[in-house]
Amino acid sequence: MVEAKRVFAGIIVALLAGGVHAQQPRPYDLGQPASPAQIKGWDIDVRPDGAGLPPGQGSAVQGQVVFAAECAACHGAQGHGGLADTLVGGFGTLASAKPIRTVGSYWPYATTLYDYIHRAMPFNVPQSLSPDQVYAVSAYILYLNHIIPQNEVLDKTTLPAVKMPNRNGFITRDPRPDVP
Amino acid sequence: MADPKYETQAVTGGDDTPSPRRSGRRNFVSTAAALGAAALALPSRAKADALNVAVLPPDIPPWTTQQGTPILTPPYGVPSAFEKKVVRHPHSRGVFRSEASSVTPLQDLHGVITPAGLHFERYHAGVPQIDPTLHRLIVHGQVERPLVFTMQDLLRFPSVSRTYFLECSGNTPGWTKGNPNATVADTHGLLSCSEWTGIPLAALLTEVGVLSSAHWVLAEGADAAAMTRSFPIEKAFDDALLAYAQNGEMLRPEQGYPLRLFLPGFEGNMSVKWLRRLKLGDEPFESREETSKYTDLMQDGRARQFTFVMEAKSVITSPSGGQHLDGPGFYEIRGIAWSGRGRITHAEISTDGGRSWKNAQLQEPVLAKCLTRFTLPWHWDGKPAVLQSRVRDETGYWQPTHAELVAARGLNSGYHYNGIHSWNVGADGAVTNDG
Repeated sequence: MVEAKRVFAGIIVALLAGGVHAQQPRPYDLGQPASPAQIKGWDIDVRPDGAGLPPGQGSAVQGQVVFAAECAACHGAQGHGGLADTLVGGFGTLASAKPIRTVGSYWPYATTLYDYIHRAMPFNVPQSLSPDQVYAVSAYILYLNHIIPQNEVLDKTTLPAVKMPNRNGFITRDPRPDVP
Repeated sequence: MADPKYETQAVTGGDDTPSPRRSGRRNFVSTAAALGAAALALPSRAKADALNVAVLPPDIPPWTTQQGTPILTPPYGVPSAFEKKVVRHPHSRGVFRSEASSVTPLQDLHGVITPAGLHFERYHAGVPQIDPTLHRLIVHGQVERPLVFTMQDLLRFPSVSRTYFLECSGNTPGWTKGNPNATVADTHGLLSCSEWTGIPLAALLTEVGVLSSAHWVLAEGADAAAMTRSFPIEKAFDDALLAYAQNGEMLRPEQGYPLRLFLPGFEGNMSVKWLRRLKLGDEPFESREETSKYTDLMQDGRARQFTFVMEAKSVITSPSGGQHLDGPGFYEIRGIAWSGRGRITHAEISTDGGRSWKNAQLQEPVLAKCLTRFTLPWHWDGKPAVLQSRVRDETGYWQPTHAELVAARGLNSGYHYNGIHSWNVGADGAVTNDG
């Protein structure tokens, strides 16, 4: 296995060193080409630059209706006080003894709202909301946090442009070991 | 066990054995509880008398004078009926049973391998029941040729078996002092260790061809959370595995059957279970699990993100919280140690709350990113004692104290607590949690 590991390492070093884009041989010739249609069905991640966002749109006005029907039972009608995560508020608490981490106070990217709501919510029927509904619910949660106005329409261009309050609140380079 | 009368009585008797304060059979019961030792869970003279069965020397017990159960009883073997209290318990008081965790009963285990059925659990949307013939892994993004693999394809790749610990980064709620009644399962049970068999991720990446612009990999589960995490591509080329087997058999459904990512030494959440997709990109993908969760809040209100490695840590598992010492005399102090940065090189034990330390014996083999057992012989004098362990890994890093961690990170960090842990031993032999 050490031998096999060396072979992989060699191939990888060659790939990286050359920055080669020419087709490399497939050492094992296993697996099948993934078709664009196959990939599209599962390629649901959304990045901060908006890559992955589908066509569609929605505002907090529509989002309030969807939220009441699909989300409020667990998250509370106003996004707090429910059994599930608090989505709203907590501003100014992160350095306090009792920090409240919500979408408004903590999340660095608005696009993550779309990504997460679409992939994992509603809890009992994930991936069931339409793009318009996901944009609308995202807008409603941002509106409840006073980040966007009630009538702002979110789509694949405007959602990535939303500036989150805690955008610069993260240290992305691990400083550990930091003790003793 | 052909005698149903005896069997019923014996099983009932076995049920009593792990309970420390249940009856007057003090010697037997408290010894078993203190050592957590299955080998000691045998009928005593008093118990045999109570059952009216002559089993102890010079009498001959019934299991010696009649045939035992035949093969395949059952086809997939299970622990002794006398061990049925050794199970996982809920950890989080989750509102939703499918969005919760359970802990490994470390106080009842021996050695470093966690039985698959006792591996800790953490789900975000329950355990999917996946037909392996219908499972697919798609690898795409910044690659030369996106590919889709069946499990049959994956099982044909060159395979490796490696023994690694897996620890949830939320293991040990140690930032504030805990419940005195907590067991080591409560304090450290989001920790398990298995032999994992699978494919070096590096091998799979040679099949798709990595573009030089790819620096991060997104891993996504097929569960109802479609759980996603990003990791640096260097980890893929280092020691990442696509694991399909655990302790010699295919993964348990709870552990990602039929396929999981395994990132040795990294926080458990990143080893995405039920793996269905890997996407290569130039930047981290900033999923919910790596922004709003699994980020470590510091005292100034900023949070550390991408703190992947589980740093060196140890805990004494015997004697530990909830156990009971059966009077002064000899005990072996036993513990486990691990580091996400490599091998454990030293373990030390204190019986006086950290005022003095003794070298503990590391049990071979000592493997990188794997649980390591350590032991120290101890003659308890019957006076109150505070048991602690601390370890050093091959990078020279020593497991820190609670005070050192709090000084560096405050009390809101939540994840990655690896402080020295204390168990109080009372003059009555009771062992309690001191955090």
